Amino acid sequence: MKKLLYPAIALLVIASAVVPFACSKSISGRTDDAPALQPDKTDIDAGSWKPILLTSASEFAVAAPVATTTPEYIAQMNEIKSWQASLSDDEKNIVKYWSAGAILRWNEILRQLVAKHNLPPYQNDDGTYPFPSANNPLAYPQFPFANPPYAARAYAYVSAAQYDALVAAFYYKKLYNRPAPYKVDATINVLIPTSDLPSYPSEDAVVEGAAVEMLKLLFPGDQDYIQQKAEEHKRARIIAGANVRSDIEAGEALGKAVAQKFVTRARGDRAGAAAGTQTDWTKLETDCIAKGETPWYSLETPKRPPMLPMFGKVKAFLFDSLTAISLRPGPPPLTASSKMKDETEEIYNLTKDDSREHYRIVHFWADGVGTSTPPGHWDAIAAEDFIKKNYSEVRWARNMALLNMSLMDAAIVCWDTKYYYFNPRPSQMNPKIKTLTGVPNFPSYVSGHSTFSGAAATILSYIVPERASAYAAMAQEASLSRMLAGIHYRADCETGLDCGKHVGDYAVQRAKTDGAGN
Amino acid sequence: MIQFWKACRQSCLLITFLILVLAPAMAQTDIDGIMMKKNNLCIGPMFGYSSWKHYWEGTLKRENLNLGTVSTHMYSVMGVFGISDKLNVLFDVPYVTTKASAGTLHGQKGIQDASLWVKYMAFDKTIGKGDLSLYALAGASVPLSNYVADFLPLSIGLHSKTFSLRAMGDYQLGKFFVTASGTYIYRSNIKIDRDAYYTTEMHYTNEVSMPDVLTFNIRTGYRHNNVVAEAFLDNQTTLGGFDITRNNMPFPSNKMNATRLGTWLKYELNVPRGLSLIATGNYVIAGRNVGQSTSISGGLFYILDFNKKKPASSSLQQQTK
Repeated sequence: MKKLLYPAIALLVIASAVVPFACSKSISGRTDDAPALQPDKTDIDAGSWKPILLTSASEFAVAAPVATTTPEYIAQMNEIKSWQASLSDDEKNIVKYWSAGAILRWNEILRQLVAKHNLPPYQNDDGTYPFPSANNPLAYPQFPFANPPYAARAYAYVSAAQYDALVAAFYYKKLYNRPAPYKVDATINVLIPTSDLPSYPSEDAVVEGAAVEMLKLLFPGDQDYIQQKAEEHKRARIIAGANVRSDIEAGEALGKAVAQKFVTRARGDRAGAAAGTQTDWTKLETDCIAKGETPWYSLETPKRPPMLPMFGKVKAFLFDSLTAISLRPGPPPLTASSKMKDETEEIYNLTKDDSREHYRIVHFWADGVGTSTPPGHWDAIAAEDFIKKNYSEVRWARNMALLNMSLMDAAIVCWDTKYYYFNPRPSQMNPKIKTLTGVPNFPSYVSGHSTFSGAAATILSYIVPERASAYAAMAQEASLSRMLAGIHYRADCETGLDCGKHVGDYAVQRAKTDGAGN
Repeated sequence: MIQFWKACRQSCLLITFLILVLAPAMAQTDIDGIMMKKNNLCIGPMFGYSSWKHYWEGTLKRENLNLGTVSTHMYSVMGVFGISDKLNVLFDVPYVTTKASAGTLHGQKGIQDASLWVKYMAFDKTIGKGDLSLYALAGASVPLSNYVADFLPLSIGLHSKTFSLRAMGDYQLGKFFVTASGTYIYRSNIKIDRDAYYTTEMHYTNEVSMPDVLTFNIRTGYRHNNVVAEAFLDNQTTLGGFDITRNNMPFPSNKMNATRLGTWLKYELNVPRGLSLIATGNYVIAGRNVGQSTSISGGLFYILDFNKKKPASSSLQQQTK
């Protein structure tokens, strides 16, 4: 016995001394080392693609650039050269990070902002809840509470503004046709893949300018971080030899101007009133009781007002308000019906079987408090597929805009449905139901995850058809996860998926006619 | 140095080190200055209960009406084996259940982390009127099941593999003693079910870097014949990690710090020989990103003597070197 034990112990002692130093703890994200964007095609004609809000690609004027032979241009070339004369590792890392793509990186930044702000406010001493204020974003509770509808809308506005700004930028790129610095002067040390795309105005700066302008509205308390990223992004393009300063300045100005149009729309899209008032919350309850149904109640202590009950009235991107209402599914099983009883029993039985595989599914898709929300998760899924597709920036933007408009409009239709029926959660119908993730603080029917996922899988299957079956399987699992978690009935999930597909179809229709091809 | 060849005297220290979970998971460590005799195995069951109603969200102490009281039950088998009089191995295999008294969240249950320690008495000498002994310990823990780590505060553990190195000194003067130790705990990264998470920035991966932990423990009290009665103060500091933000959920790589005050009692029966009872309790007096838990546990241990010549007879002798 001793002969075996001594070597074993010696080994353990050595291992405990060596292993801590041998194993690295550093972790890397899936997109940290994303390759530099190298588009298969320049999409030089994207100036003719159909914009979302712009009346035309030339709605905002961009002045003609100075010629590449002028002293001013040569001075700007010298700026690149002086950066490149001594590059620090930090500067090289910045170039590497941003070269993966402007749309990708700003989408990731936005997902981070959403996750940071996706926190429900803590209650007041009297049991009421405070609401964040856009006018005082840094006071508790910080603005915004980036819950799923808020996040869906944020992703949509940023993506749509970036797309329109790029359509305009590509119009001027083709019009002015000023070559990239590395085409003008072969001695420039290019740190990114070269392209035949004209560089004025800079597509990166357009994307950055649009993002910065939109995020002033959406995340007003994070301006220091956003501005720091913006400066880094612009600098990366100059350091890389991809743009001269006038490319950047014209692009940023154009991006901001286009985004202003989206800011104006956002201020008037009724989202500002989506939280409702005590009168609205009471009316939802009494109207439901008047219909003879058991109304939804908050399962939190103290009872929290329902999340954004008026979000269903927000102005959609892909259809008008009457269409939004027409997409509302028929009613769920009556709360007193045997069908409802059966569906509640089904969920109770599912939660009793809280197997490890159920937790895996539930937690992978939960996207709850402190995360980038289900729309952010679908953006991540899409982005990681788009990286492999070698899209141009404008095609990246178009595809992200299609996805995110689908997700926002799915939120609108879903929230309209939730508050139209005001249906209770399974744990309200049967308090014995213990959930595998937190119960969201809004009515059950239809499932938000299912609606989001149905919409996302539909438009993504059009954009990346070879992944259609994978998207369908993911949407199915995301939907199922809410039943396994004990927070939705089967009817919520199945109807929600279906409803989301109908929303996604509107994005597919747009995609077929926007001039981008596929 | 007085060595206590008493049933289980050296073993079975429990709950002094809660593996840094809000709902405390228990792992055995050996944190006292007594050794198991060669070829003796002390083994037995432990039962523990721990609960908290208040917790620290970062440095802010609060309660959560949607959790109520979070409680943990722990059932484990622990043992110590004397390879020699100066070299012991210790092990612990716990089964843990958790639940919250309010809200809707589902309780958790499962076999948690097995731990194995090697304890070596490196120095043992009479200094002044008392006896000084010094120890070096190395330990490892490994999750025995694929339990969910990222469901705090109801997770049964953090699912990290750990390696620990501990230095310890013990001084006994008459019937009273003091023991002090310091431990560095290396923790491996873990994988969670999510594919992205936010700490103080976004991480687009399911892998979580777990900060290492430093603990200090000082204990003092009465140790004579078949009774040990002691009080201890224990501090754990997570070397890194981040605070739970306002009204957010906890996360495995939070900066979980705690200072505990506790007591540990052991009584060894004369009849039947080799049987002893253990009772211990502790209370968190200060913390950060942990629950303010009160923990109690009890155990029953028996010594098996594998020495061929003198079966079990030595267990009640007190020997003095």
